[in-house]
Amino acid sequence: MSYEPQPDFGTPAVREGAPVTLTIDGRQVTVPEGTSVMRAAAEIGGAIPKLCATDTVAAYGSCRMCLVEIEGQRGTPASCTTPVRPGMVVQTQTPRLEKLRRGVMELYISDHPLDCLTCSANNDCELQDTAAQVGLRDVRYGYAGANHLDAPVDASNPYFDFDPAKCIVCSRCVRACEEVQGTFALTIEGRGFDAKVSAGLASDTFLGSECVSCGACVAACPTATLNEKAVKDIGKPERAVITTCAYCGVGCTFRAELRGQQLVRMVPWKDGKANRGHSCVKGRFAWGYAHHADRITRPMIREQITDPWREVSWDEAISFTAARLAAIKAQHGARALGGITSSRCTNEEAFLVQKLVRGGFGSNNVDTCARVCHSPTGYGLAKTFGTSAGTQDFDSVEDSDVVLIIGANPTDGHPVFASRLKKRLRQGARLIVIDPRRIDMVRSPHVQADYHLPLQPGTNVAILTAMAHVIVTEGLADEVFVRERCDWDEYQDWARFVSDPRHSPETLEPVTRVPAADLRGAARLFATGGNGAIYYGLGVTEHSQGSSTVLAIANLAMATGNIGRRGVGVNPLRGQNNVQGACDMGSFPHELAGYRHISDAATRAQFEAEWGTALDPEPGLRIPNMLDAAVDGTFKALYIQGEDILQSDPNTHHVAAGLAAMDCVIVHDLFLNETANYAHVFLPGSTFLEKTGTFTNAERRVQMVRRVMDPANGYEDWEVTQLLAKAMGLGWSYTHASQIMDEIARLTPSFAGISHARLEAEGGLQWPVNDAAPQGSPIMHVDGFVRGKGKFVVTEYIPTDERTGPRYPLLLTTGRILSQYNVGAQTRRTANSVWHEEDLLEIHPLDAENRGLQSGDWVRLASRAGETTLRALVTDRVAPGVVYTTFHHPDTQANVVTTDNSDWATNCPEYKVTAVQVSASNGPSEWQQGYAAQSRLARRVEAAE
Amino acid sequence: MSSGVEANLIRMANQIAANLAAQGEAAAVAETAAHITRYWDPRMRAAILAADAAGLSPIARAAIASLPR
Repeated sequence: MSYEPQPDFGTPAVREGAPVTLTIDGRQVTVPEGTSVMRAAAEIGGAIPKLCATDTVAAYGSCRMCLVEIEGQRGTPASCTTPVRPGMVVQTQTPRLEKLRRGVMELYISDHPLDCLTCSANNDCELQDTAAQVGLRDVRYGYAGANHLDAPVDASNPYFDFDPAKCIVCSRCVRACEEVQGTFALTIEGRGFDAKVSAGLASDTFLGSECVSCGACVAACPTATLNEKAVKDIGKPERAVITTCAYCGVGCTFRAELRGQQLVRMVPWKDGKANRGHSCVKGRFAWGYAHHADRITRPMIREQITDPWREVSWDEAISFTAARLAAIKAQHGARALGGITSSRCTNEEAFLVQKLVRGGFGSNNVDTCARVCHSPTGYGLAKTFGTSAGTQDFDSVEDSDVVLIIGANPTDGHPVFASRLKKRLRQGARLIVIDPRRIDMVRSPHVQADYHLPLQPGTNVAILTAMAHVIVTEGLADEVFVRERCDWDEYQDWARFVSDPRHSPETLEPVTRVPAADLRGAARLFATGGNGAIYYGLGVTEHSQGSSTVLAIANLAMATGNIGRRGVGVNPLRGQNNVQGACDMGSFPHELAGYRHISDAATRAQFEAEWGTALDPEPGLRIPNMLDAAVDGTFKALYIQGEDILQSDPNTHHVAAGLAAMDCVIVHDLFLNETANYAHVFLPGSTFLEKTGTFTNAERRVQMVRRVMDPANGYEDWEVTQLLAKAMGLGWSYTHASQIMDEIARLTPSFAGISHARLEAEGGLQWPVNDAAPQGSPIMHVDGFVRGKGKFVVTEYIPTDERTGPRYPLLLTTGRILSQYNVGAQTRRTANSVWHEEDLLEIHPLDAENRGLQSGDWVRLASRAGETTLRALVTDRVAPGVVYTTFHHPDTQANVVTTDNSDWATNCPEYKVTAVQVSASNGPSEWQQGYAAQSRLARRVEAAE
Repeated sequence: MSSGVEANLIRMANQIAANLAAQGEAAAVAETAAHITRYWDPRMRAAILAADAAGLSPIARAAIASLPR
């Protein structure tokens, strides 16, 4: 697409309303009741001049530019704040209006720099456009009077500047911060002529303020007042490509705006079905890693991991790899080989990696990074509902009355969804937060949780069973729903179980440390407050009872009748962009695409016929089992696409031992990550900007990823996998990623109706998309559960084996922060590090005082698995006895400390509960020093001859 | 099979059995066996069949005993 700004209808669309017909400039238009005259005019192509109006925020009526005349009505009302009425006759262009608008425009321009030719917004400026629209030719007041032209620029934010000299005080930025983002960081300071936009106090800069750099203000600004630094540096974009973000599982759609092959900016696409025109600091701004100097674009190999790397051609790298894999297979058998698909890569790429492992390597030893995040979601929701996925679309939250968040931190992990949720809460929805930490959703501007249950880490099942106890024993269950939709006998078994007095909030209070009265209140609210929706994250899944907690969540939703319509449901907030898709694509060792078990002969026969090879009917190894088997000598080779298991997986010492024991580790990635220290082959990867394919977000929406620029390494990732497959003798002949999706659709019933052509024509579709649901499935289980009757499963609380004691008296829980993403490989290579340069250990003031610690002190964090050092942050955000850190920085490697305890059903690691001790330290640990030295050695690249 | 890997498999089997125990002993034994068959790689199943059963809980032991050899 060539460069055109996104259409702006002036005021937001009205979702529902009786049709109203009116006449604007002699043309009839019919719009829903409640629509503004401005929007109605825009719908038929009439552009009423405007400055303070934009369709992402509510009408404000301050600029007096959009005045119109209405038959039978006195004066010249603002069209943005005037709702349509049946039979209304509107004139948008009359001599009177022209004169009024020109007069107002003169005032604006009299206090605006006349530097259009050198302004970064030249030819992309609404003020400039509006001046032209109203025919401004002269400013009678001159420019010598009082003005703001010398106001200093605030360049503190790494991504955009604030130039108050160009500000027209339309408040679009302030309103976007409030209405779209929900942070309320901006305000109008002063009155009258002194009014100016301010990031909080007068002394605050944008960087020092509460601004979260979501970019909503920049997108809303009609002038160059808030403008991307990249636009200033590079110039106005000349083309735009719609694509899907590669950060979290919200799946925001962006316009990548470019000059030639140079990306200028990522602008949230207003028609994006997941993000509805909003963005966060990562997707909006943190794309600079794509051309970072650390990027490796030429393949490298080495005989042993102690050798330096040697840059080679693609041919040599691929033939070296294929020969080594063939030799291992010949000597040790097919089950000695395996692969890991990536939740950061496309569906098509994940599908090909598992196809290579199953059809080429000859084993089912394929796993994916969902192993360490949402594998319990797949297990739990398949067991209870029949589908390994969330039940709703993101729009559903607009109809929620009570929202229960458990083990998720949406403002940091899924910020665009958090903004949509906060908007609903500001409209009056109620909120329950179950989290050991006082996350921002508990209390932030205009948001106050009704209940925050700060449970002891590891007691999720006890909390949910206690809530169920209250609901059942107080007669609050929706038995009509349960009788109709669920297995009644199983419900009765479950109801008897949860009714037992040993599950009462009072009995469990010493375990959960949650006051029984609060828990009872929260349970009553959830059961009786209207549409109840549950949103959860890794604080649910990454426990020894992760799967049990997912089962308990499903039980709670069914018991209260909160399944099968808008506003309700069970909503796993997926960590990475394509966790859902990677799981859908058959990335788990026990199942083929579409969650069908490998032992099912009929399913296997379909794949065997399509792929022309026999498949192993036995399940393969999961990632932790691969590492165990490697240490044990039976697993020898691993192809890892887009994943850094040394940094992301638990018990780093064990991961390192497993990798070091293998004969061939192939890392296919953008950077020499930590895992590559143990690799024999490095295959350069491509960024999401350089490839074509699809991602599937947390709401099951399959969306196009479009190639924005050519791959720096020469190949899209699926092409690299195909090169390897061909070298291993497989006759693959894909020439475009769409052909892979066609194969996926042939083999996967829930994807039967999906193709690139259809996604191009209709936008993202939510699976299942098939004959039964040709337009996709925004809400699941509407008329009945996919498995038939909903299944209640009894979930006994079993404390984790990880116990505190005299040596390790504190509980460590880990998580992520807004500005960084996962292991930080991408975001650490952007200016986002200005907000988070290092991992910090949050510790309660009481625990800090007992240890003589202050914020900023180096501390030693030790567990039974290992120890590291990092700086302390003393805060009462965590409860006494609990400490918290992130895992974004390899220098810290929080996973040196986490253990290999895991979920009973899926082996998802128990990242959220580690018994630790914290003490004063004076610098990096012995392990950190040793690892830094080893890492330097492992990254050596032999000089080219 | 190293003792560390064997101990880990025994721990995993006990964990599965403990979490399924609330279903009643007979169902828990059957479900534990089915879970291991469904999700464990053949070498893991062979290893636990060959392992010293002393460390297994009663439900896990009965489930392992019911696995095909």
